[in-house]
Amino acid sequence: MTKQRKAVALISGGLDSLLAAKAMLEQGIHVEGINFYTGFCVEGHTHAIRKKDKEKPKRNNALWSAEQLGIKLHIIDVIEEYKDVLINPKHGYGANMNPCLDCKCFMVSKAREWAEENGFDFIITGEVIGQRPMSQRRETMNIVSRESGAGDILVRPLCAKNLPATLPETEGWISREKMYDFNGRSRKPQMALATEFDFKEYAQPAGGCCFLTDESYSKKLVDLWDARSSREYEMDDIMLLKVGRHIRPKPHFKLIVGREDGENRFMDGYRKQFDNFTTVSCPGPLVLIDGEMQAEDVELAARLAARFSKDKNSDSVTVCLHRRDGTEQEFTVTPLRNEEIPEAWSI
Amino acid sequence: MSHHQLDARRLLCPLPVIRTQNCAKKLNPGDTLEVTCTDPGAESDIPAWCRINGHKLLEVRHDEAQDELVITLEVGEE
Repeated sequence: MTKQRKAVALISGGLDSLLAAKAMLEQGIHVEGINFYTGFCVEGHTHAIRKKDKEKPKRNNALWSAEQLGIKLHIIDVIEEYKDVLINPKHGYGANMNPCLDCKCFMVSKAREWAEENGFDFIITGEVIGQRPMSQRRETMNIVSRESGAGDILVRPLCAKNLPATLPETEGWISREKMYDFNGRSRKPQMALATEFDFKEYAQPAGGCCFLTDESYSKKLVDLWDARSSREYEMDDIMLLKVGRHIRPKPHFKLIVGREDGENRFMDGYRKQFDNFTTVSCPGPLVLIDGEMQAEDVELAARLAARFSKDKNSDSVTVCLHRRDGTEQEFTVTPLRNEEIPEAWSI
Repeated sequence: MSHHQLDARRLLCPLPVIRTQNCAKKLNPGDTLEVTCTDPGAESDIPAWCRINGHKLLEVRHDEAQDELVITLEVGEE
């Protein structure tokens, strides 16, 4: 009896990985999905914070893809290990702080380790030659195979016909003829294949699935590193970069200002970790202080916090500074006017 | 059979799912696991994870007073 071959598929939640896994299921391979959570996945953070995000469907697309495919999905927390990928990318960054090629090598390498530990024969990705400018080019396909250690057990079913034969093909576990020759940025072949596989609905990520490809997010991350003179970060740091308006009036501290109720509620959980301002005399946002204010900075910070309160145009607003040590102090200040806030303070 | 509790409050998805998955791996089939979450995304994600991985969803309860979601499942066979 022929041995049932098993493959682990990297499932991002997008269309390509869905199709690649389906192509292998169609060839009788036992497929299970794997999804890595780096802390920067757009999928994860956004549901719970902003009101506007609450209106979007609250579903994890990787789980949804696995359910469409009828396969198991293993979601792996790689937050700690990913730090080295982000801080020291051998192949550098893309347009923003996205280390896409190193990221792909890392994820395929982790999938290889998982496959070895769990008795799986090969690895599947939804990569397509020419699909992405940094990580999905012919030369980078070779780099990913080599540097991940996966070598010829890495199969890209959507463009396999444009690549050298892999071990599963030469061993006859899968048929090269039943794979594809997709190439370039066009999505039409994927959409046609989705129709052929009868997938009526699928995620259409616009702008990638990682915050690191986002210009605004990347600027905030670089600012954080510069201000601390260190590239180390914790999960809370990268979560807070997604939330609120960030204003740095001095190199040694910045304000994170809640933009609406959802963000204020989320930030409320950080009040024990950060000095923070609330508004006393009128409604206003929660303002967290990241860094250490000097005594002479407090009035400026209070005036800035007041600037975002309901009475921002009045002459006086009372705000309360809550320190991490439990002490509180009220200040009645004139909110800063727009013209008093240099553009360079906004991160 | 035993009952277990997992505190996944203040974690944003997919971390509640990851913690649930990692906790369930250590339990025996038939054990029950009660997960308390604050991310509304968990309401769809944990049941989806149960369906995919062969666990039985027993209850999804909203604790309005605490603004929490309490999801109870029975661990299935691996």
